[in-house]
Formats: sequence, structure tokens, C-alpha cells
Amino acid sequence: MAENIQFELNGKKVELPLEKGQTLLWALRTNFNLTGTKYGCGEGYCGACTVILDGEAVRSCGIDMKDVKGKKIMTIEGLSANGKLHPVQQAFVDHDALQCGFCTPGMIMNAYALLFKNPHLTREQIIEGMEDNYCRCGAHKRIIEAIESVAGTSKV
Amino acid sequence: MEKNKYYRDELPENNPSFEFNRRDFVKLLGGGLFIYFQLGDFLTGIAAEAEQRRSLPTDYNSFLHIGEDGNITCMVGKIEMGQGIITSFPQMIADELDTPIESIKMIMGDTELCPYDMGTWGSMSTRVLGPSLLSAVAEARAVLLGLGAEYLKVKPDEVSVENGTVFVKANKDKKVSYGQLTKGKRVEKFLDVKPKPKDFSEYKIRGKSFKRADGVAKVKGEAMYSGDFRVPGMLYAKILRPPSHGATLVSADTSEAEKMDGMVIARDKDLVAVLHKDPEKAEAALIKVKAEYKFDEMKVDDKTIFKHLLDFPSEARVVKNTGDVESAKKKAELSFEGEYHNSYVAHSPMEPHTALAYFEGDKIILRASTQTPFGTQDGVARELGMSLDKVRVIPPFLGGGFGGKGAFLQAIEAARLAKATGKPVMLQYTRKEEFFNDTFRPAAVIKITSGVSKTGKISMWDYHEYFAGSRGAESFYEAPDSKTTSHSARDVHPFGTGAWRAPGNNTNTFARESQIDMMAAKTGIDPMEFRLKNLKDERMIGVLKAVSDLFGWKPAKSPSKRGYGIACGIDAGSYVAHIAEVKVDKATGKVKVVRVACAQEMGYCINPEGSIIQMEGCITMGMGYALSEEVMFTGGDIHTANYDTYQIPQFSWIPKILTKILDKNAAPQGGGEPGIICMGAVIANAIFDATGARLYQLPMTPARVLEAIAKV
Repeated sequence: MAENIQFELNGKKVELPLEKGQTLLWALRTNFNLTGTKYGCGEGYCGACTVILDGEAVRSCGIDMKDVKGKKIMTIEGLSANGKLHPVQQAFVDHDALQCGFCTPGMIMNAYALLFKNPHLTREQIIEGMEDNYCRCGAHKRIIEAIESVAGTSKV
Repeated sequence: MEKNKYYRDELPENNPSFEFNRRDFVKLLGGGLFIYFQLGDFLTGIAAEAEQRRSLPTDYNSFLHIGEDGNITCMVGKIEMGQGIITSFPQMIADELDTPIESIKMIMGDTELCPYDMGTWGSMSTRVLGPSLLSAVAEARAVLLGLGAEYLKVKPDEVSVENGTVFVKANKDKKVSYGQLTKGKRVEKFLDVKPKPKDFSEYKIRGKSFKRADGVAKVKGEAMYSGDFRVPGMLYAKILRPPSHGATLVSADTSEAEKMDGMVIARDKDLVAVLHKDPEKAEAALIKVKAEYKFDEMKVDDKTIFKHLLDFPSEARVVKNTGDVESAKKKAELSFEGEYHNSYVAHSPMEPHTALAYFEGDKIILRASTQTPFGTQDGVARELGMSLDKVRVIPPFLGGGFGGKGAFLQAIEAARLAKATGKPVMLQYTRKEEFFNDTFRPAAVIKITSGVSKTGKISMWDYHEYFAGSRGAESFYEAPDSKTTSHSARDVHPFGTGAWRAPGNNTNTFARESQIDMMAAKTGIDPMEFRLKNLKDERMIGVLKAVSDLFGWKPAKSPSKRGYGIACGIDAGSYVAHIAEVKVDKATGKVKVVRVACAQEMGYCINPEGSIIQMEGCITMGMGYALSEEVMFTGGDIHTANYDTYQIPQFSWIPKILTKILDKNAAPQGGGEPGIICMGAVIANAIFDATGARLYQLPMTPARVLEAIAKV
């Protein structure tokens, strides 16, 4: 019999039978149909699957579901409260900080975690903190500017 | 149909037995005004650009619908992959139609709803489809004005339109909205006399910057990509891949995988796959499949490829020939020989190729990340032995394309598996599969012999490109004796190659602009001055002067130790010139791009901000092929499998980027690719300026930079 695990997902208590070898990425995408979290490389290099686990940005493709037991997970779908965009999301829109948009949820979740820990990020800290989130369209310049625009403001 | 709830987009999906004919089409979109066009009219322009894969349809098809709610739906065969036509097309339509931009909805690339289109590539959306789209919209406007006049009981020349409302010029209170006009009616109009689209001076919405129309959906994670769709009973497929291209499957033992609960095994000739509702279970099962192969691979690798290319029997085609280069070679005051190489480069979109395939009755539906929905439709129909009207391809948002999603193997495979299993099949390539099946930018060699007078006038130019592709091969510099030869052959590469953002032009521009720089340095002339001295093309002179101002260029003989480089080129009808500043670490060979300025002249620019974004993207992406991106392989065995061995540009690479779009009232030209073509050359020339070391191979890795510095 599969063990059921409980955890918090976007503010709600959820339960899921533990499947051997299942990662958080695919549990989110298949069991919960939360498809904002993307598969990009499957090995933790690109950051397209970034979600927040107990306040930390993590690569969901490398998180085994057994380690999610009792944790708090937030995905891109959980970021905008009451339909209102989070300031980081709004900044991405305002700066046109995306093109194809596939890396965008991961970028935003990573930026969210960086700002959560340090609301006064400098440009250098943004670059360092975002370094391992990949974008192929080349929206980097605008992503940096978008995050800079909310860093140090009362918005975060 | 229950399935409808699985779609989150706005496509009309409520009629599964939908047939492609006008009556049902009208039924689907409800009442309103339909403007029909003869496709042949506007496809002729596209046909001239490239070989057609099927004969052009001659029937009427609509690509504009004005609904009773005033919403205007435009159907185009193009797709949105980040380039931004989802924003710029509505700008063009709204402006031409005098209606708010918010009222425009786009349906893109659906093979059943949209008119045929060859594919979204070559920066052709605005420059090639654009004019036809505008003619259509101008026609719609004329029809609406006519209906408005009829409704208001005045003559057609007595009415005008603003904000989607037709009014009597003499009495603005007498008015009627577009939506009201079509209410309760189903009007189909064909105009015999085509009205002319507006003149530049009348543009109100075009030429202004608009934020991305898909921005909010994308930041919320709600934008739907192919892998995000769900249909009941859907299985995730994992395909057995050979260890290399050139390996043929001899046998496959799937018995271990078959024992796993809920596993479906599919075999269709050489295609072997395991499928499961849980993608990770399928992945685990695939590892248990034992397979044997026989090998017949080319004896070539990433080091020997250039010799292989030059030795390979190829067909020479003279692209351009003026004067007599052979005798001019002998007379040249100063002669230069340059041989330039570039390695295979991957497209590497963040979204790997993905397709969902499922049957509705005898019809197959595909949600596929493809730049060529109609080509995919052709391919699936051919492969499955079905007629075109039984294959519907609906491309949702694409997570990047860059030319790589012109290839649609994943859609064919998903369709075959859906047919073999009778189940809806989701196929998402792993990153390793994405690298393995990619149609790489081809490795290529360029050989140039050039001559210049001691005063810096180019006297002769003999240019040979081997397997790069001829786009951008022709030189635009003045030279009395000039010849350009293109060498090509089939089956020269050990694996698939294809179009990569501005195909051919990155390689050609790298070679040409490096050679120009070499001549400028040798004659002791400032590289900007040298270029201007050898140019008559006013558009090129215009962008060079503009980028010079933008960067703050101060003339100096190269190498000046400043680390400044220049390059310019023409692509997709647009002119670009770049200046870059680099810092080279002479101990490690590592190059840091500090600043890049780019001036672009692209005819009339529809969405300046959107175009600047494309330029920034080009500059950023272009640093990758310039400095680090190289596919490693032995024969058909691709060693590059993930980002640990394939480095794409990251945040710490981003230079200060300066952009300028020149104002011009001329037909809009391409914007998605031109900005990338100079990146190899501009960085190479900047490295030379910093160190005196000339790099002849892309990418310019630290090892290659060190090697070149050692030769100075």
C-alpha cells in the first residue's frame, strides 16, 4: 500500500499517495495540473521548474516527493493573491521582461525567494542570485531591471 | 463534450466533427462580418521567398471576422514563440481599422481555422504577410464604412470612422458601432476593387510601443504550451533512442518494461516506446528496455569536421560575379587570405519539442510546439496515410523556436504512437532528446581572398562559403572584381542540420566582417572609416553612422588596445551595425563583453519597444554562439546532452546594451533575426582590437583565444 503524504500547496493542505521516484515537478504537473512549473532540463541546470519550498527557491525536478512531506510549497499559481499580480509579476509585465515566457515562472519564483530573503537586493546580488536561471530568448537585461525596480521598495 | 474543460485557451473547440468549409466556419464563429480573400493573392509573395511544400490553395478563406460584440478576430497561419507578433499584428489591424487595439483577438496557426502559411521563420511575418494582412483589413474597413453609410442612410463618402464607430462627418451624433452593424446579420463580403491601406502619415497605433499582449498570462504561468494540455486517458510516451545517428535498431527486448503496472508498449517499425500515465514511470521503464543496434556512422568528429567539409564533393553555385577576380587577384596591391570556421550550434529553446496527439473519431488532433503547423499537418497526414482534412494541428504558445521548431519529428512520433496505441499521447522531449534530435546550425567553412589598395580601397573579393548557406554571403562593399560562390551537398553532415536564427548569416557575417577588419588593420585605417570608404549603400552608411554616435566611437587604428570592434550586415530586409567593447583576460583567455551598441534600420517599425526587445535578445543570444556554444560529437554520437556541457548566455554575461532604431517611412522589414548576425564578428574584431589576436573559429572559447594570443 502506498503511503499518503501531506503537505501544503499554495496555502492549502493537500494529500497524495507517495509514488516511488516521483519528483515534485511531475507531481505538480500531473497530479495537481499546475502546469506553470515547467520542465526545461530535468537535471537542475536551467531553473524552469523553480518553486518555493519552505521559503527557499528549489528546483522541483530534483526534489523527491518523500522529502516534500509536511513542507510548504508555493508555485507560480500561488503567487498572485486574489487575482492581483504579485509586484514581481507586475514588474515583469511592466518591463516586458519575457519573450516566449517558458522560463518566466521559474525566473519569477527565484526572484521572489531572493527578495523574500533580502528585500534590498543590489544589482550585483540580483545577477548573482539569478545566474543559474536560464533564458534562451535573451530577456536577461529586462529581468534584471524588473527585479531592480521592486528591490528596496515597500512592495516586497 | 467533456474534453472542452481541458482547454484553457479561447479557440472554438465545441464542434469535434468540424469540417473545413466556409459554412461550418461561419457557424463556429457565429454571426458577424466575414471578410474573405483569395489566398493566392497574398501567398504569391510568400511563394517567391521559398519553395512551397504544397500547391497554393485557390479557394476563398477568411482571415478577419468582426463579431456582433465588436470583437475582431484575426486568423493567421503564423505562431507566437516570443517574437511578439501577438502584439504587433493587432497594432497593425487596429490602426488600419480605426478600432481600439483591445478589440483585436488573434487565432494563430490553427490549420483548420487559419489560412495556409508556410511557417514562422525568416523574419517574414511583418514584411511578407504584413502587406497582405493590411490589404485585407483595408478592405474590411471599406466594407464597414459602406454598411455604416447604408445604416445611417447617407452616401459612403459622407461617413468616417473612429474608435470602431462609423459616424456622419457632418453630424457626429449620427453614428453606429462596428458591432451594431453586424448584429443579427451574417455578412460575407468580397470586394472587387481593393482599397489601398493607409499611408504612414495616417498611422496612429503603429509606430508606438505596446507591452506584450501575452505578458500577464505568461507571468501567471497560465499561458498554455503544448505540454500543458490534458485529455482524458492521456499517456506520456518515452521513446527508445539509438545511441547515435547512424545506428539502426536490430532488436529490442521490452519484456521487463511490460511487467510494470499500467505500462503500455508501442512498436511501430523502428519506433519503440513505453507509455504510462505517469511520465516518470514511463522513464523508469524505458531504462529496462534492452536494445541492440548496428552502426554505420561517418568517421568525423568536432575536430575533424572542417577538413571533412572541405574534402566532401560539393556542388558550386556562383551567387554573384562581377569583373574578373582571377586576374584581379594578381594585380592586388595587398592580398589577404582568410579561412573561417564555425562549429555546430544547437537551438536549445527552453521548451523542448513537445506534442500531444489524440483522435476524435477518424480525425487526429495535435497540440504541437511547431513553427510550421501546416508543414506538420502535411507530415502527419503523409506518415499516417491520412488526408489533410483529417489532421488538425493547433500550435499553442511556443517556448522558443529560433528555427529549431521548423522540424516537427516529435509531432510525427506522437501521432504514430497515438495511432499505434489508440490513446491520447503526450510526448515531451527530454533535454537530452532535444539536443540529440535538434537540427543544428551547420558547421561551415568560409574562404575569402581579398585585395585592397594601399589607400584602403577594396580591389577584389573572392568569397566561398561551404555549407553555411548563402543568406548573407553576398558582400555589400564596393569591389570592382567580386565573386561569391556557394558550395553545398547532400548528406554531408553526420546528423540533421537546419535553419538557426538568421540561417547562414551569422557565419557569413563573421567571415566577411573579420576579413574587412583584417584589411582595415593592415592598411592602418580606422575600421569605421575603412567600412565607410568602401560603401555606397546609403542604408548601410546610415546604420554605421548611427551606431558610431550611439557608442561614441573615436577613430583609431586597430589594435588600439581599447577592445572595440565593429561589424555590420543585412538580414531579412533590415540593416544592422554593431559596436562592441570587450575585456580579454590574457591569462585565461576568457572574454567579457562589456558593452554592445546596435543600430537597426528596418523600414517602418510597427512596435519600437517590441523591436528593441528582439535586438536585445539577438545580442544576448548571439554572445553564446560567439563565445561558448559548440556541439561535441564523434560520428553520429552527440556528446552534448544537457547544459553542463553546453553553455548558453547567463545573467553575468549581460553587457550594457544600447539600441537605436532608425526612423524610416518604408515598408516594414524583419526584426527577429538581424540583430544577431553581427555578434560573432563584432566580438572577434573587439578581441583583435584588445589583443592583436585574430580568431578564425566560432565559438571563441578561452582555449581558442589563448591559442590566438600565443600567435601574436
